[in-house]
Amino acid sequence: MATRPLSNLGFKSLKFVQELGTMTAFAGDIARTVVTPPIRVSAFVWELYKVGVLSLIIICVSGLTVGMVLGLQGHHTLVRFGAKESLGALVGVSLIRELGPVITALLVAGRAGSATAAEIGTMVATEQLDGLRMLSIDPVSLVIKPKAEAMLVVTPLLTAMFIACGLYGGYLVGVGFLGGDPGSYMASLRSNVDFHIDIACCLLKSVVFGFLLGLIATYRGYTSAPTAEGVSAATTSSVVISSVTVLLTDYVITALWGI
Amino acid sequence: MEHETLRDVPRGSAKDFVVLNRVRMNFGNRSVFNSLSCGFPYGRISVILGGSGSGKTTILRLIGGLVHPVSGSVIVDNQNITRLSWRNLNVSRRKLGMMFQGGALLDSYTVFDNVALPLREQRGRTKQQISDEVHAMLKAVGVADADNLLPGQLSGGMLRRVALARAIIRKPDVLLCDEPFSGLDPISIRRMESLLIEINKQFGMTMIVVSHDIHSTLRMADHVLLVLNGRVLQGTPEEMRNSEDADAVEFFKDGL
Repeated sequence: MATRPLSNLGFKSLKFVQELGTMTAFAGDIARTVVTPPIRVSAFVWELYKVGVLSLIIICVSGLTVGMVLGLQGHHTLVRFGAKESLGALVGVSLIRELGPVITALLVAGRAGSATAAEIGTMVATEQLDGLRMLSIDPVSLVIKPKAEAMLVVTPLLTAMFIACGLYGGYLVGVGFLGGDPGSYMASLRSNVDFHIDIACCLLKSVVFGFLLGLIATYRGYTSAPTAEGVSAATTSSVVISSVTVLLTDYVITALWGI
Repeated sequence: MEHETLRDVPRGSAKDFVVLNRVRMNFGNRSVFNSLSCGFPYGRISVILGGSGSGKTTILRLIGGLVHPVSGSVIVDNQNITRLSWRNLNVSRRKLGMMFQGGALLDSYTVFDNVALPLREQRGRTKQQISDEVHAMLKAVGVADADNLLPGQLSGGMLRRVALARAIIRKPDVLLCDEPFSGLDPISIRRMESLLIEINKQFGMTMIVVSHDIHSTLRMADHVLLVLNGRVLQGTPEEMRNSEDADAVEFFKDGL
């Protein structure tokens, strides 16, 4: 009896490792379909629209408001130290190094990731994927690959959009509402944002996050139980697992990047 | 009439295009078949009858390679599909067409795109050829005006006919039909029956139909497989109707 929690922990650990292995094999399947024909350009473009274009409003609004909050909070803090000219640097570095890639990834996971998992899970439940198999069509090639590719491509682009809106939001508050100097804002932003330390790291994070989001959302949908409850579980677990994975990966990349 | 028990010698003959040989199948802890052996004759309409949960659909899924048995073999056109790699199984499935109970059409594709999909995935046809073939097939199954509709906009009968069109557009050797009459009104059932019989006559396709509709079965089947309590009974419709097996008598008495 005393060993039951231990054996449960052991069982769950083994199951977790098995799941990681299955997901890795799934990633390998997707990679195989990427390098073998057919390429499926129109399906990819359609997914770019669904994942990217339809996420633009939420990304822009979120970026703007986060930038505005950073501008407001940053102004009040910097004024105390007599450094309000550095507002541009504060907003820019915060957005580019951390907030841009992470918040964008969380928003994409919540909006596009959950929709992807739900769509694929519904296809599993209604035997649409089995229907494709019986037509000798690989469902990973037709259904999964365009979605995963779209998430990988779109996440860095949406991150850039988020950061751009955030920088404008910080400018709007810091300069427009609180009377800061526009030249100081732009100068401090330009002089404190480094390509290698900040922008390259941001790009790397957003690409890695895009890859993980695409993999997790499609995997959860593809392996969902063929029931309504299974689809629901796949959708929620896709968001939770994606969010936690993004946050953990962010820490790892930041630590490895040496910042 | 042939009477199979759990330990009988595997059945198969030169005339059987599809053979299941001592197949054992479980779902989790539940045993579906312990040692199923049966055959489906070439070019004939075989109907699998049985109660709910007896494993009728599982037999179709075994033949299609969508599930794998714990042991035993599934032979399609002299090829054991349980031993095939994923790639070779995909090639082998070109001999099969499957009509799913719910249609299994891609819900974001129009009727035209659903039926054209298998032709587009095979190379060697122009757009015009594909268009002509798809329109001819939709006309043959009686849904000529539904090209641009989505599956969600179709009635039950129309959905089944589009699913049938998609399943046979590549002219497979074997057509698997999972409950094609389920949920249809009597007129639609008759229409679907006639369609299946016509396809069988025109293309000589081996058909394996899962159904719980005894009346349709007795009208259209050349060969009947009755799955009851883990056992399998086979024979012609007449043989099954006149069977003295207690389970079979009770099944047909309740159904008729």
